Amino acid sequence: MSDEASPHNQSASSEATHSAAGTASGGTLAVLPSATGQQPACADGPITAGSGIDYGLFLDCVHCGLCTSACPTYLETGNENDSPRGRIYLMRSVVDGRLDLTESVSRHLDLCLDCRSCETACPSGVQYGRLIEPFRVDMQRIKAAESGKKSSWFQRLVLYGLFPYPRRLKWALLPARLMQWTGIDRLARATGLTKLLPRQLQRMQHLLPQLRQPAAQLPEVLPAKGTRRARVALFTGCVADAMFSQTGAATARVLQANGCEVVVPRTQACCGAIHYHSGAGDPALALARQNLESLLSDDIDAIIVNVAGCGSMLKDYGHMARELAPDDTAQIEQLEQFAAKVRDISEFLSELGPVAPTGSLPLKATYHDACHLCHAQQIRSQPRELLGLIPDLELVPLAESEVCCGAAGSYNLMEPEMSDRLAARKLQHIVDTGAEAVIMGNAGCSLQIQAALRDGNHPIPVLHPVDLLDLSYRGLPLSTITGK
Amino acid sequence: MSGTASSVQSSVSPVPPSAAGRQLLAELREIVGEEGLLYNADELLVYECDGYVVEKKIPDVVVFPLNTDQVVQVVQACNRHNVPFVPRGAGTSLAGGCLPVGGGVMITLTRMKRILEVNLRDRYAVVEPGLVNVHLTQHLKGTGFHYAPDPSSQGACTIGGNVATNSGGPHTLKYGVTVNHVLGVEVVTAEGEVLELGGAVEDLPGYDLTGLFVGSEGTFGLCTKVIVRLTPDPEAYRTMLGVFETVADATRAISSIIGAGIIPAALELMDQGIVEAVEEAYHFGFPLDAGAVLLIEVDGLEVAVGEEARQIIELCEQEGAREVRRAETPAERQLLWKCRKQAFGAIGRLSPSYCTQDGVVPRTRLPEILEFIAESGSRHGIRIVNVFHAGDGNIHPILLFDERNPEQVQRVMRASDEILTKCIELGGSVTGEHGIGVEKLSFMSQLFTPDSIEVMTRVRQALNSGGLLSPGKMLPTAGACGMEHIERSHPGKQAAS
Repeated sequence: MSDEASPHNQSASSEATHSAAGTASGGTLAVLPSATGQQPACADGPITAGSGIDYGLFLDCVHCGLCTSACPTYLETGNENDSPRGRIYLMRSVVDGRLDLTESVSRHLDLCLDCRSCETACPSGVQYGRLIEPFRVDMQRIKAAESGKKSSWFQRLVLYGLFPYPRRLKWALLPARLMQWTGIDRLARATGLTKLLPRQLQRMQHLLPQLRQPAAQLPEVLPAKGTRRARVALFTGCVADAMFSQTGAATARVLQANGCEVVVPRTQACCGAIHYHSGAGDPALALARQNLESLLSDDIDAIIVNVAGCGSMLKDYGHMARELAPDDTAQIEQLEQFAAKVRDISEFLSELGPVAPTGSLPLKATYHDACHLCHAQQIRSQPRELLGLIPDLELVPLAESEVCCGAAGSYNLMEPEMSDRLAARKLQHIVDTGAEAVIMGNAGCSLQIQAALRDGNHPIPVLHPVDLLDLSYRGLPLSTITGK
Repeated sequence: MSGTASSVQSSVSPVPPSAAGRQLLAELREIVGEEGLLYNADELLVYECDGYVVEKKIPDVVVFPLNTDQVVQVVQACNRHNVPFVPRGAGTSLAGGCLPVGGGVMITLTRMKRILEVNLRDRYAVVEPGLVNVHLTQHLKGTGFHYAPDPSSQGACTIGGNVATNSGGPHTLKYGVTVNHVLGVEVVTAEGEVLELGGAVEDLPGYDLTGLFVGSEGTFGLCTKVIVRLTPDPEAYRTMLGVFETVADATRAISSIIGAGIIPAALELMDQGIVEAVEEAYHFGFPLDAGAVLLIEVDGLEVAVGEEARQIIELCEQEGAREVRRAETPAERQLLWKCRKQAFGAIGRLSPSYCTQDGVVPRTRLPEILEFIAESGSRHGIRIVNVFHAGDGNIHPILLFDERNPEQVQRVMRASDEILTKCIELGGSVTGEHGIGVEKLSFMSQLFTPDSIEVMTRVRQALNSGGLLSPGKMLPTAGACGMEHIERSHPGKQAAS
């Protein structure tokens, strides 16, 4: 029976000292060795993944399973390991010492989109994000400690070197603009030349939308139209500013049309979400402080964001400060004040009471709920209500509108296979509606869904709610944006 | 095949694979491919329990078949190797219905989730077992039809699982349980043959084998297709919330409503403790000082529901209701139902652990059982809250405790057993809808005479003679592989009904 010594046997005995609960194995039949050949990642290291997490957060989960069908990855694989309940079980088992952080456990946790739809579904109020995020940060640290490198070339160069800097991003996009303008990009795709790029850069190249003429840089102060109703700071972001600057300009105009004086401080920075979610706490906190300096002042009524992902990060600054620098109470207080003023553009207009737009836009459109709007910020009705104000715009329901499209920050680049499956699922639902345009409030979703529509040869434009509101306020036709 | 069921909480040393085990695994891989197979401990662990976490057992292999043919081949392979096997859907069972008691192969049907046919004119749909209950109703949206059984876990549980446990739900009172909505099933038997029971046509001759199969908790076969009845959407609803000073007033109102010949689509009771939890979760504006609230819904023709609602309000007031509110908009109705359906999960906000019981009493005995529950709770020093399907006397007392306190855990178990025994005494039973699973096995001999159990055992032997399929479930004598009964060590936290 035991003619081959299982590697796990050895590790189990050496580990018995710190694993009181015992390591799980197969059942009585014992078809195969358990956790085949995978070394425990943290056997000797100082870090046990998840050990810093408040254990009560695990206990909130009563294992009812109501979250499972809300999870995009579970919908795709049907595997409990890819469900929120399963992932909580895996994390808790690692913390309890019942499981090692094997490659396979890491895989299932990496596959999580962090879309938070499970939090919407959970009746017990389990704070899943507070479990998976710190746990994955620990996983990164363990991985880095093992390989002796702090992060991959991709993370160093692209995530940390490029993304946080709108100006660098714009320069980086210049060749892409040139290629699109000359048509070389299509040639390169057609001839497979792009395949020479490293995989993740290929994915990035593939995601690039048909870039619109970049908008002129916004002035630092834009006056309100009519009586001033509010003074707001506009957060412009990094990726969004580089790729969707027209939407940024539209946001400013829509705010002006609603009686808002808009300030656009040049000193603002990236929201820091990519850093924070990949475990780079210090740079994330530094960016938060920079944004605090730049955007918050007493005479500002709100800080406006038009990208769901950035918005939920900005709203989370207080919690981030608490988690990363718990002793700095002054900083916690300041960042909480900052977070309290952050509003998604649709949320803000809805609270302010929007000025009704009058320009007709005869269009059948559908709306996709970005995870970071509907799950992280619980914003669902506001964008729909705003779109409903536009004369002749017909909004048709989208099946599974709250299921993640697979963009999920850098997920598209790190987990291409699942990302593509979810994009295909989303694409099918969009096409089934028969809509002429699809609307969403997040830059990441826009990139992902534009790429999917392009691949499927569906010439359906992807728009932000403010793109359409802006047109309606100005009495311009859709062709102003689409060129058709 | 020795099937000692050990608790995995204690230390378990890995057992190296046997040659036979490797052979079976190779055969399974041949059938479902590597991507349809889990066999490493770190991927099997999450399958050690379902919504019932008291007892745990890790399966040896999990397979994800994609079609009936693969299910047949997997079952045949298990038979060749004399290995136990058990079906699983979403794993929301509250009675350990998916627990792989004898270890062995777990056949997970979550990848068989297609809607194969929708026939509105003949009012049926053909679906695969892994389809999530609510996905069918969502798919039917706009057609004027829906699938009536709506267990509180309908957002996650599968139709196959509903068939296995004959699931109920709030709308059971008027529309009936799952068996009333299943016209036929395709079944893979314990030996791996395919049977078609019932069919889309009504009133088939012969034994009602569909009726026999529904509710058999996976001990008679695995269903691979289900023909379900579609129900026309009611033209109109009236949803009301009756607020009562005491639980006794509320239960009297229930009897008055039913006694007046009104059959509400749903009639649900929530007591003060549970109201507190759902109010914190959903902010509906429930009165926190009321002894109990009744969620009452009537549906049907517009002309009829108005009159029924008027009568109900009158009857509630006669029984001392403080007020009766009406959901004025569809959004308000939806929120009320959300409060009710997610009430169990919201308990997580009241207590670190809890145990949901599932008992039935004749409707008229509700005041007695509720009084007994309160008395039992105070005697054992356990806080108990109630939310349940009052219309059909299906109670769900929820016992709150802290699982880290073993002495309290013992008291919870004593109180639970007392309450269920009392249900039997009052002429009821120990499960309304969660099923026997492994949790309620020990009550079977109290519920049924030895003769009845003998008949059930013979039926089971006829359909599952080797005992390899779902051993250790439903019947105390079940299973031909010398299964030891698993001792309950502590009640777990459970949610949803």
